[in-house]
Amino acid sequence: MSLRRVEPLVWLTFSGGGVAAATLLPVLTFLFALAFPLGWIDPPDHAHLAAVLHNPLTFLVLMGAFTPMLVHAAHRFRYTLYDGLQVKHRALVAAVCYGSALVGVFVALQMLGSAT
Amino acid sequence: MDDSISMRVGRYRPERDHEPYWQDYDVPLRPEWTVLDGLNHVKNELDTTLAYRWSCRMGICGSCGMNVQGEPKLTCATFLSDYAPGPVKVEPLANFPIVRDLVVDIGDFMEKLPRVMPWIIRDDDVTEIDGEYLQTPEELDAYKQFSMCINCMLCYAACPVYGLDPDFVGPAAIALAERYDLDSRDAGARKRLDVLIEHDGVWGCTFVGECSAVCPKHVDPAGAIQRYKLKAATQSVKAFLLPRGAR
Amino acid sequence: MSADLGTGLAYQRKMPVWWWLRKRSYFLFVMRELSSIFIAWLVLYLLLFVRAVAHGPAAYDDYLDWAASPVLVVVNVVAFAFVLLHTFTWFQLTPKAMVLAVRGHRVPPWAIIGVQYVGLGAMSAFIAWLVLS
Repeated sequence: MSLRRVEPLVWLTFSGGGVAAATLLPVLTFLFALAFPLGWIDPPDHAHLAAVLHNPLTFLVLMGAFTPMLVHAAHRFRYTLYDGLQVKHRALVAAVCYGSALVGVFVALQMLGSAT
Repeated sequence: MDDSISMRVGRYRPERDHEPYWQDYDVPLRPEWTVLDGLNHVKNELDTTLAYRWSCRMGICGSCGMNVQGEPKLTCATFLSDYAPGPVKVEPLANFPIVRDLVVDIGDFMEKLPRVMPWIIRDDDVTEIDGEYLQTPEELDAYKQFSMCINCMLCYAACPVYGLDPDFVGPAAIALAERYDLDSRDAGARKRLDVLIEHDGVWGCTFVGECSAVCPKHVDPAGAIQRYKLKAATQSVKAFLLPRGAR
Repeated sequence: MSADLGTGLAYQRKMPVWWWLRKRSYFLFVMRELSSIFIAWLVLYLLLFVRAVAHGPAAYDDYLDWAASPVLVVVNVVAFAFVLLHTFTWFQLTPKAMVLAVRGHRVPPWAIIGVQYVGLGAMSAFIAWLVLS
């Protein structure tokens, strides 16, 4: 598949990831990164969270959300490097950014899989 | 109100200077005067060597674009009194090479515009038509906004992507491609997509949005570009999913 | 490349590396783009949380303690701010990319933005319920 046919699909994934991040991350961050650790809200029982994560549906939804989010971050950061730091090695930057996203997807599969 | 305002004008004479420098001029501060009126006063009364472009002085020809106090503006549509007490910096339109004083080389844009084929492309073999092609008001509304472009290139001056990568085809060119794609009389969308789907086409745009912010005609090139990306992506999905014959 | 006027004397101005500090809109744009780093961080953080849950109640408690440490709190507060910036700017820009027409009339941008916030509210309520019940 030629590069010019791939870029639009990457952009679509970027867009999907943007929607997922915009809709899911505020509440997830507020609860799991702030409210629970800082005790603003009592953290749920371990058993309850384990049960939610054990459900294959949770695995599918989270994988379906995290994968495009990682592509979104990689795509945006790639262009930040082009425009912000004016990095000239475009192909290398693209490889590093999307490569990292791919690594992230494997990590996600591993972590989420182990909880299911 | 003060009597006069200082204009700090960018000068550059290629046969003599290695780089641009500033020259200050005091011009009368009349409430109805634009920056262009100030420049004309400089040329008529103070310094005939100043070179700059202008024509209609009413915001329709697109000739007088320059960076005023760091912002791309049409000098005929920008009032001097807004910058009182001054000094007001007037320099050549950003992101274009300077030819002389306030005149920039717009050759890059002139090369890019025909690439997007900004004319009606038909898919029939008709060479002589009997009357007009009819179009309803709703069909006109679909593209009218994008047809307002006066090619003033303020959007190119505002676009950091174009500033960093002059290969980027740029806001106005894409907006004009969209204007024709949306025209009910046109059948050339596929051809223009082939041009703009390339890497120097729409994908370089990171939706900074400054192009739309500075456009004096409210064309909204940023919107045109995002719609174009969605169009290109939809086409790619179709190409991916459907067999060759159905595309 | 620009048309060659033949003199080779046209002056090319360079964009400085700090171009984005010159205008408020450019600065906000770069901040918006940098939110990508924090989105990637939060995905990683949440995945590590999932792993902690998978490793049992003790690991879960340890993770909560680690998340409460000063460095993590500062990072996550900043990350949360960037997430909110992302959400706000993303919703604002969506109407530009999607022109919707219902029965011949164009859906106004505020309606598209409003629908997204309603969706955000609904999703957030659902997730909170799922996690807290």
